[in-house]
Amino acid sequence: MQTFRYSQAQTVEGAVRAAGSAGGAFIAGGTTLVDLMKLNVLQPRSVVDINALPLDRVESLPGGGLRIGAMVRNSDLAWNQTVRQQYVVLSEALLSGASPQLRNMATTGGNLLQKTRCYYFRDTNYVCNKRQPGSGCAAQDGFNRIHAVLGGSEHCVATHPSDMAVAMMALEATVHTQGPKGERAIALDEFYLVPGSTPDRENVLQPGELITHVTLPALASGTRSRYLKLRDRAQYEFALASSAVVVSVSGGRIQRARVAFGGVGTKPWRSREAEKALEGQDASSENFRRAADAAMADAKPLKYNAFKIELAKRALVRTLTETTQVA
Amino acid sequence: MDQPKNPVLDTEESDQNDPTKEKEREPVSRESRFGRFSRRSFLAQLGVAGVAATASPLAHAVDTDTAEKEASAGVPGAVPATLNVNGKEYRVKLESRVTLLDALRDHLQLFGTKKGCDHGQCGACTVHINGRRVNSCLSFAVMHEGDKITTIEGLAQNGQLSPVQQAFLDHDGFQCGYCTPGQIMSATALLREPIGPDDDAVRAAMSGNICRCGAYNNIVAAVQQARGNKPA
Repeated sequence: MQTFRYSQAQTVEGAVRAAGSAGGAFIAGGTTLVDLMKLNVLQPRSVVDINALPLDRVESLPGGGLRIGAMVRNSDLAWNQTVRQQYVVLSEALLSGASPQLRNMATTGGNLLQKTRCYYFRDTNYVCNKRQPGSGCAAQDGFNRIHAVLGGSEHCVATHPSDMAVAMMALEATVHTQGPKGERAIALDEFYLVPGSTPDRENVLQPGELITHVTLPALASGTRSRYLKLRDRAQYEFALASSAVVVSVSGGRIQRARVAFGGVGTKPWRSREAEKALEGQDASSENFRRAADAAMADAKPLKYNAFKIELAKRALVRTLTETTQVA
Repeated sequence: MDQPKNPVLDTEESDQNDPTKEKEREPVSRESRFGRFSRRSFLAQLGVAGVAATASPLAHAVDTDTAEKEASAGVPGAVPATLNVNGKEYRVKLESRVTLLDALRDHLQLFGTKKGCDHGQCGACTVHINGRRVNSCLSFAVMHEGDKITTIEGLAQNGQLSPVQQAFLDHDGFQCGYCTPGQIMSATALLREPIGPDDDAVRAAMSGNICRCGAYNNIVAAVQQARGNKPA
């Protein structure tokens, strides 16, 4: 690991100042940063420790909704009573991720910003357009079983591995930041970028811009939500395909549906195609299947990951079935 | 490769190589002659990568009763830090890139915490920070000033094993023992977490600790005993 200058921020302004001027990285839980620094994939000259910042509260907003500090640990968020009762998909997604130890370290902000698990990104012996734009993509003709079927390009097919982000997509979260140019709120749906020809740019954050908190809108009463994660092992592994659903049903008809997928996209994949195919329709297995087909219509299989298309469809059908069944 | 000169060992070795002294040489254990010197500390001073040559090569061999430890004193960029481990304060000088795991093992000589994968994928490095289980391989030591760090060495009290440690013995919850400190640290923290009562809940809650020997069934039984639950 390369040496670096280490500093501890006491205020958000101080953190932004410290990172912005030196092009430094923020460190919270460290579960992504230290991992990739050991592999020399990331080599920040300056690391700004933000663990002392007062961003670790989960608060109900007046009028409904939730405000989640960027430094709230994943385990605390998963076990939070409001989250467990009202934002079930978020709790389920968090608890399906990583390990108990990692969840105690990982933070809300860090989870959104975690890096792909693509073998070639993580190994500097291989060419990688995300690490070095223009150098090539070793996954295209490589072992691409864990890679994306949605949102990829000839330059990059690396999947975004977060579960929490998928749940937050379905919950229509907003990301709040503070940076050198001030504060702003970014819909999570507009936060991530598909690789295109610039896979090194994964989100709209500017250098030195710090995520301070995430807000979730209130859910109408009677809304049900669910997260289903499918993978080779039962625990401690990233998704091959996952489905997050937030749905409200009345009289057997779907009034409102929000759908997002994990494990299959180059970013946490909100599927408006599935939502359009569901709203106003009867909550039937035929309609669920039609929505799944619509969601995966543009999916492009690679040599080793074609199974993900059918797997993602079945994940969606199952989550819809479970959330629309009368209790 | 040049090795740091150790006045004590070099002297002894030159004695042993001297054929005229062969009859006079007694088989003496290093420990009796040199106090608390052990094989581990001998190997540690042979220039293991990452351990800088210090002014006093025997520093690693010195008894750990003294609270202050000088580590990597000559390394440029080393910053001072105070780490509270198992209730004791250690003053160290560390580069910021030294992980908590490496600080515990290489600088504080607390070898109970193990390095398995060094990437947060196995749990062998599990310690407690303020009572919560974490992977010490994925955190920098200098980040933890002011935190209460607990390692496997800190569980037993007054020579008495903790209930979790005793349960691992009762249920033979280990074979080679390498994952065991991490398993025990995980299980101990688990007692304070909202985990369901059944074996499957325990398996999920212990899924961050991998055991290559496959002692999982006994580990689950040990954890359930420590929780006061009957094994399924």
